[in-house]
Order: sequence, then structure tokens, then C-alpha cells
Amino acid sequence: MTAPAPILPLALEGVGFEVAGRALLSDLSLRIEAGRRLVVMGANGAGKTLLMRLCHGLIAPSSGRLRWADGSRRPEAQAMVLQRPVLLRRSVAENLDYPLALRGMAAPDRRAAVARALSRFGLGALGDRPARLLSGGEQQRVALARAALMAPQILFLDEPSAALDPSATRQIEEMIAGFSAEGITIVMTTHDLGQARRLAEDVVFLHRGRLVEHGSAADFFAGPQTPEARAFLAGDLFW
Amino acid sequence: MQNLHVCKLYSFLFFFQRVLRRFRLDNPFLTALGLIASGDAALMQIIALSLRVTLTAVLIACAVGLPLGAALALGRFPGRGAVIVVFNALMGLPPVVAGLVVYLMLSRSGPLGPLGLLFTPTAMILAQTILILPIVVSLTRSVVEDLWSEYAEQLRSLGAGRVRAVPTLLWDGRVSLLTGVLAGFGRASAEVGAVLIVGGNIAGHTRTMTTAITLETSRGNLGLAVALGIILLGLTLTLNALAWGAGQWARRRLG
Repeated sequence: MTAPAPILPLALEGVGFEVAGRALLSDLSLRIEAGRRLVVMGANGAGKTLLMRLCHGLIAPSSGRLRWADGSRRPEAQAMVLQRPVLLRRSVAENLDYPLALRGMAAPDRRAAVARALSRFGLGALGDRPARLLSGGEQQRVALARAALMAPQILFLDEPSAALDPSATRQIEEMIAGFSAEGITIVMTTHDLGQARRLAEDVVFLHRGRLVEHGSAADFFAGPQTPEARAFLAGDLFW
Repeated sequence: MQNLHVCKLYSFLFFFQRVLRRFRLDNPFLTALGLIASGDAALMQIIALSLRVTLTAVLIACAVGLPLGAALALGRFPGRGAVIVVFNALMGLPPVVAGLVVYLMLSRSGPLGPLGLLFTPTAMILAQTILILPIVVSLTRSVVEDLWSEYAEQLRSLGAGRVRAVPTLLWDGRVSLLTGVLAGFGRASAEVGAVLIVGGNIAGHTRTMTTAITLETSRGNLGLAVALGIILLGLTLTLNALAWGAGQWARRRLG
């Protein structure tokens, strides 16, 4: 098996997205570098989720374009954990198996991969349990494990620990840090400033559909350049 | 509360007894039990044929209707709305009309006349399939459409296109789809018009529970007719109980 072609960096060039004439994202240019942990920040409705769905290829931009390094339109080596991940009405193991079956992996390989993932993410005891009946934290771990099984070079995480308690949040963050240590590029959104500080290497700050700041996390948290970002970090509610 | 129900039950039974006496009937429950206990060959044959015809029709309707309903849920093509409306309307298709259509197709001068299928169980299966198909298609479409609105983005993210989503959605909707299949079974096992027209109610050949009831009623054998009705109800009840149990088990098991 040859090493997969690198798909990163991903370049967004003047990307815009509008619905019924209303611009939800406008003129957004951004380079997502390989191997980094990028946190997308901004208020509700700033376009964070939209940006990730565009990058992941779930929706197409109304203007501008995305350019993956391997030249493909939508590379396979990527995965996303949606804000409300949908687990299939099947067992945990079958949920993990599903994307592998879609890719045409042979059944014995799939079984081995699923078994490895179950033990690696501490889901071993849950393999036969119906995925829909797990607790919120367990479901989120299954969703992350399923995404990781897709062998992504880049992983999009939309609010991966929203509505989870602190201990479940810590487990999720450990998983994310583990993926990052393996060299998987992480792009995530979060409303939890503490989490952003813990995980971010780079920060993109969106305000009303525009990219307002993009830089290293250290710089962003130490001294945001724009009044919008300053107000956001200060916790002001403003529109 | 409980007493009220018991009261109602007694008054119903009392009323029922009076009806029986008025028509000089033996107790039909006893007749039904007696019929079953005697293992009457003709009766067993009628029951077997009824089940065979209806269950085969259900199977065929599912084999065609489940993928068709899912395709209708996910597909986007001109005239889709019209197709959906037609299938919804056909859920109310009178069995006699379905029977008439099949009769015209299979009668000697009809397009399928040379096959010589009229007045055979095959013709009855065909007619009942036509009755069940709209129910299976419409319910499948509605179940799959609802699931798709929940699953679409996730499945696309995992790499499943619309076509590959069809088996996924059918499988994940299996508990709800079972209800649709049961409704189809109920419609087919209860109808008399279609099997009577295309089957002809030939003793030992195309006589089913419902056509036998029709015949016995017109002959004045009301006791036997009611007994057959009780057996038919019992069969339907048993099948539904099994399916409901399976559904409950799956719901608990699969969430």
C-alpha cells in the first residue's frame, strides 16, 4: 500500500455562501495547514458551522473555491463529527463498521479495525450495545471513533463537547489531542473558551460571516487585533 | 374504572347472546373451536390458501414497494409529487376495482389471457399485491423521508450517496416499516372483493376465509360464517401480536 497523497494544505479562495440572496459567509480566504489544531471561534450565527460544512464538502460555496493540495474536488481522507452526530439504529460495532463497509473494505479487515478502535477508545464493553441508547458522552466518543476509523488527514469537529459534563469533556479532549499527536489536522469549533485555550494552536475568528482574525492561538488570546474579537473574548454580547 | 369495563363487557355479551338466540345460532365460539378441533380438511385447506395467498402478496409487495418507496423519498424528478399523490390515493383503492382490473387483464381476451391464470391462486396473489403495494410504498416513502431529513448530512459525511443510503435507511427504519407491512397484511387478509372476482371462490381451489364467509352467509349458515370470522380474526390477532412483540423487542434493543 502506498502512502496516501497529502491533501493539505487546504486553501479557501474568496469563498462565499448565500441563501436566498442573504450572504452567510463572504469573501473568505484561508489556508488550513497540515498537522495543526485550528479552532474556529465566533458568536452564534457567525458562520462557524457553515465554514466547516463547506470545507468538508457537505455544501458547495456560492462563490470562490476550495483548493485541496492533491487537486481533488473532495478527498476521501477527511472526516467530520457533526454538531449533533447521527448514530445509526444499530450496535456500536456496526456503527463503526459502516463507513468502512462504504469504502469497500473487506469484512475481516473491517472486523479487525473495529475491534482495534473499540479497545483503543475504551468502548470495548459497549460494542454490542445499541448506539442510540448510550449516554451523551459515550455517543460522542462513538462518533469520534467512527470519524477516526475513516483514516482522515483532516478532522472537522463541530462543538465536539457541547452539552457534556466536565469528565466527558476531558475524555473528548484527550481523544482530540491523541488524533493531533498522530498527525491528523484538527479543525474545530467550540463555545468553551477554556477548551479553545487548551486545544488551539491557531485561531480563526469569524464575525457575521467574515473572517476577522486568523493567527496563532497565543497571539489571539494575548492580544486580539480587532474590537470584535476583543469584545468576544471579554464575553460581551454584541451584534 | 375496572368495574365499569366489566359491566360493559357483560352487557355486550348479554346483547350478543340475544342476537344469537334471535337468529337461532349455536354459540359461534363453540362452533369455531369445534371446527378447529375437528381438523376439518376443507377448513384447513381454506385457511392454508388464505395465508398462502395473502403472505405471498405481502412478500411481493414488500420486495417491490420498499425500494420503490425509498426511491420516491430520495429521488427528485419531475412528476414526483403526482406519483406520491397517486400512491396515496391508491391506498383507498376498492378491492373490487383492483379485482376487476386484474380480471380484465387475465380474462381470455385480455392482454395476459393466454397465460390462463384467471380463477387460480396466482391471480388472487396478483390482485392482492396490487391492493397492498400502495400501502407499502406510501408508508415507506413517509418513513424514509423522515429518516433522510435526520440522516442526510451524516451519511454524506460518511461517504454514502443517495443510492447507497436506500438500504441504510430501510434497515434503520425497520421498526416503523413493520407497521406498514402489517397494515398491508391486514388489508389483504380482510378483503373479499378482489379474490372473489379473480379467484371465483371455487371450493378446494380458490376458496379463502373471506369468500367462504360470504358464501356461508348467503346460504344462511350464519353460525359457520361467524365461526370462520372468529378464526380469521384469531389469525390476524396472532400475527399482529407477534409483529408487535418483535417491534417492541427491536425498539428496546436498538433504540
